[in-house]
Amino acid sequence: MREGLASTVLRLSGEHLLLVLVAVTAGVLIAVPAGVFLTRRESWRAPLLLAANVVQTIPSLALFGFLIPVPFIGGIGKGTALVALILYALLPILRNTLAGILAVDAAVRESAVAMGMTDGQLLRIVELPLAARTILAGVRIAAVTTVGTATIAAAVGGGGLGDLIFRGIATVDTTLILAGALPAAGLALAIDGGLGWIEGRFSR
Amino acid sequence: MADPFLEFRTVSFHAGGRAILDRLDLRVAQGEVLVLLGRSGSGKTTALKLANALLMPSGGEVMVEGRSTRQWNAIELRRRTGYVIQETGLLPHLTVGENVGLVPRIRGAEANPERIRGLLDLVGLPAEFAGRYPRQLSGGQRQRAGVARALAADPRLLLFDEPFGALDPVTRFELQNEFRALQQRLRKTAIFVTHDLREALRLGDRIALLHNGRLEVNCAAAEFRHAATPEASAFLAAFRGDI
Repeated sequence: MREGLASTVLRLSGEHLLLVLVAVTAGVLIAVPAGVFLTRRESWRAPLLLAANVVQTIPSLALFGFLIPVPFIGGIGKGTALVALILYALLPILRNTLAGILAVDAAVRESAVAMGMTDGQLLRIVELPLAARTILAGVRIAAVTTVGTATIAAAVGGGGLGDLIFRGIATVDTTLILAGALPAAGLALAIDGGLGWIEGRFSR
Repeated sequence: MADPFLEFRTVSFHAGGRAILDRLDLRVAQGEVLVLLGRSGSGKTTALKLANALLMPSGGEVMVEGRSTRQWNAIELRRRTGYVIQETGLLPHLTVGENVGLVPRIRGAEANPERIRGLLDLVGLPAEFAGRYPRQLSGGQRQRAGVARALAADPRLLLFDEPFGALDPVTRFELQNEFRALQQRLRKTAIFVTHDLREALRLGDRIALLHNGRLEVNCAAAEFRHAATPEASAFLAAFRGDI
């Protein structure tokens, strides 16, 4: 079955966007609670941040490769790609959640505790709203880098715009490479702009 | 003396192997303003934080309304206690009105706009300030808002940690006067921490002087000038040198 290049690009862009959205959403769902947890448990901070840092230093192609033989989450396909992308998205969100909450003014936190807030209220009424901007900045970094990393996901059958790039490289076809790379760049810019706009609305 | 509202029973507090407070015995009667006077590092803020269970004593008991702070539910005790600090601790992302209505809100009650206006009026802030953010207020206005918030739960005990310390002298003087007027109306039990003897004399019914974690003087405010300990003399000398 042949399809025109334009519709291929469109289909793969959609696939790519979906990969990014799912990975970043999962990253937020894991890293924000984990970041909150770390603000409460100082002794866990260093080891967990180290683990997230180590993941970040593994070259992405290698990480995809490492995951292939892992049972359940590994193999060839979207699942493996997603796991790797989520792992990459964790660090910036985790770190910014931690930094944003720890940056809340000590006097503000103290008076909130002194007026009788429970820990949950402190988090909901004081810490998360005041850290929102920083956390969102972390999500933004995660989202933009995930767009780039997701192009490599095609190497393990993850689909997305990387398909075009890898095919282009294999056939030395510049048009095909650009047909993958340019929409990916556009996607990154659009996500960056969109999240930047939301971030700006949090500014005080 | 009738049962004191608040009582420190041989209270010690240690941190980092150092005694911040050393066997403090102190009673605060219902409706009385006790000033904790002392230099920086004398332990006065620590003593204040022991009164609403922000800290727990290393030894001895802090009794509030006849019950040890170890037995109190800390959250419940704090909701019944007003707390005002130098930087006010107003939440910067909430309006003044929302800040004042915060204690009712965390208790699950509806913040009553009528009551918030009443509280702002009580501390001399116009009603339209309810819609402003803390950063739009001057230092003195922020302190007024902080006092309004502390009064919102109609607490029986008020704790003040150098609330006027960062204000210019004129504003400080005005707020001290209003504090006195307000106290004459409300008759709350209060502990007021300061390093300023002038402020202590103007606001306190009694003055407790702390020095290196120990209570040196505990007397009626009017009698403090007769206190003869070295630290009291140092405070009096600095005070006289002021004039």
